[in-house]
Amino acid sequence: MKFKKVFAVLVSATMITGLFAGCGSNEKGSSASTSKSSNSASSSKEEADDQDAKPSGDGKVYYLNFKPEQADQWVDLAKTYTDETGVDVQVQTAASGTYESTLKSEMAKDEAPTLFQVNGPVGLKTWKDYCYDLSDSQIYKDLSSDDYALKDGDAVQGIAYVIETYGIVYNKAILNQYFELPDAEIKSIDELNNFDALKKVADGIQAHKDDLGVEGAFTSAGMDSSSDWRFKTHLANLPVYYEYQDKDIDSTEAIEGTYLDNYKNIWDLYITDSTCEPSMLSSKTGEDAASEFALGEAVFYQNGTWAYNDVKDMEVADEDMGMLPIYIGAKGEENQGLCTGSENYWCVNKNASPEDIQATLDFMAWVVESDAGRDMLANEMGFVTPFTTFDEYLPSNPLVKANDEYTKAGKTPVSWNFTTMPSETWKNDLGSALLEYAQGTGEWDAVKTAFVDNWATEYQASNAE
Amino acid sequence: MEKAIKKYFPIFVLPTMVAFTIGFIAPFLLGVYLSFCKFTTVTDAKFVGISNYTKILGDSVFIHSLGYTALFTVVSVILINVLAFVIAMLLTKGIKGTNIFRTVFFMPNLIGGIILGYIWQLLLNGILAHFQRTLTYSSVYGFWGLIILMCWQQIGYMMIIYISGIQNIPGELIEAAKIDGASSWQVLKSVTLPMVMPSITICTFLTLTNGFKLFDQNLALTNGAPSRMSEMLALNIYNTFYGRTGYEGVGQAKAVVFFLIVAVIAVLQNKLTRSKEVQQ
Repeated sequence: MKFKKVFAVLVSATMITGLFAGCGSNEKGSSASTSKSSNSASSSKEEADDQDAKPSGDGKVYYLNFKPEQADQWVDLAKTYTDETGVDVQVQTAASGTYESTLKSEMAKDEAPTLFQVNGPVGLKTWKDYCYDLSDSQIYKDLSSDDYALKDGDAVQGIAYVIETYGIVYNKAILNQYFELPDAEIKSIDELNNFDALKKVADGIQAHKDDLGVEGAFTSAGMDSSSDWRFKTHLANLPVYYEYQDKDIDSTEAIEGTYLDNYKNIWDLYITDSTCEPSMLSSKTGEDAASEFALGEAVFYQNGTWAYNDVKDMEVADEDMGMLPIYIGAKGEENQGLCTGSENYWCVNKNASPEDIQATLDFMAWVVESDAGRDMLANEMGFVTPFTTFDEYLPSNPLVKANDEYTKAGKTPVSWNFTTMPSETWKNDLGSALLEYAQGTGEWDAVKTAFVDNWATEYQASNAE
Repeated sequence: MEKAIKKYFPIFVLPTMVAFTIGFIAPFLLGVYLSFCKFTTVTDAKFVGISNYTKILGDSVFIHSLGYTALFTVVSVILINVLAFVIAMLLTKGIKGTNIFRTVFFMPNLIGGIILGYIWQLLLNGILAHFQRTLTYSSVYGFWGLIILMCWQQIGYMMIIYISGIQNIPGELIEAAKIDGASSWQVLKSVTLPMVMPSITICTFLTLTNGFKLFDQNLALTNGAPSRMSEMLALNIYNTFYGRTGYEGVGQAKAVVFFLIVAVIAVLQNKLTRSKEVQQ
């Protein structure tokens, strides 16, 4: 008898455990499933529209979107397209940071995405067997330069649809206050065009932080694993870029790390002249940094044009936002511009049915050619695009304008070489080493190892057959 | 009657069997197969033999995760079971408000792992901030953070199982022991503990496997930081799968190894505690 009771407890325990497991996974998928449910609601309506509106080709489009910031706009745009043409367009957005895992599972389904994204040459390596050759497509013809296409031989496998720029976003108002201080070593923004000047300004602001009403020169360099991409990827682009420039290459299987000392200098600056103690960095996030900048608690904030939405309409007025190139002390950096490139490439799934592929190509062409599509991309989503069709559609983002000014002044933009970093593991290990160095639990040598030695090992591991 | 059941059992078993096959056997077999393959999505796998397994051997992070997980499991199994048993003893003494206490202790179980992880991350970081430290400063903080979290979440659950075990002990046994002059320590050691042995089997089994399989809490609390030093096995497998192009199969192979380890330990543990159970 007793045994039976215990058995009953065991069984119910197992069942309840199952329930909890269910809860757990629900939470993880929740952000994805919300967008899913809103999609399915709209898509069923779209299908209803289909039947009484004009009949059209059998093809349908399924776009797996990478950018959660623009999830709703894509759904709206898909709806507009369906209303206009009757072609069913599904848009789903992967939750932040889960694109690769979502894509991997979606691609294994019968109803796989017809339109998906890769983040550059390294991302393409995973998906190249799935990419349709876009060289005859309308959207490729609209592309302003081949720099924005991912090619494999003559085949065009991916097309960038948004160009982004990053640098050191700064608060003009506070910076001008600093320039007026009697002991300011740098007196105007024009002099601020190299690493030494940047360091003088940052040290000066840090020393006068009470006079200027700020908590530090730089926003906290948040190294929480959700946010460390600002440093392990974007900042690390600069030493990679200069090394590539010196050697005149655009990718490598083994990096030397000739600019690692510069990387150390800028990183030291970020963590010393900062709003927070280095030992606190591991739990700080990009959101913390954004709010420090938006509330005027810090002057410098390394991020890109996409960050505008997070900092606008707060304490810092639009006209007070500017963007500086990231100076690391390389030779000739007075002429260095902002870092401009793309890690958002559209790819069409070649395993989809021919009708679906055609429908997808039509949809892409419509997005960059129709008024509705262009208006949505430029004005609602705030994208700068590499398409020739967008001449009259320039976004109002002040950070984008800052980039235009640098380009007009003849500065050389820094290309996005971080798309050639060998693997996610490489970036993660570099991020960990940077953090340990920052909080004093590790040495700079570990960063060197993560940067140089790991590059070769990860390159081997990722490219071994 | 017996005969009829024998005759029709396939029909009765069928629905469960179908669900079990779809939900467990098929994915399991597919998973084992994939561990011998190179693949991007699970539908385009290419057989490559045991190369995935040989790659595991040289992976020092995996070995570290294994050690870290084992240590975590040992500490959490001991702490959770001892504390849960003590609380269960207290709450079967008939003190006032027993039911409220039981409910309160059980409640943390109703919250999912990810949420719990974030809540505790905030709480612990809030305390550590006074010392200019954070949870991810070193893997030691992460370790004890996880232990605290898991204790908080699981003690109540194990407590319920222990309570039912304790309540099932016939009163006359304890009474007889007392009449024979046993001290309360002797009663505990020679009557209560042997009698709740089935509960101990269940609880150690659950805490042991939970400790090894821990994922949500690990992901939300530290996400392996710093330098993957607080990364436990399940998270390590996940990160291997998505970390590099072409390493999906290695992640899968790790998962198979992981399954074997957990299965062997669970069977051993079951044997060990089962042998101590007494028939009533």
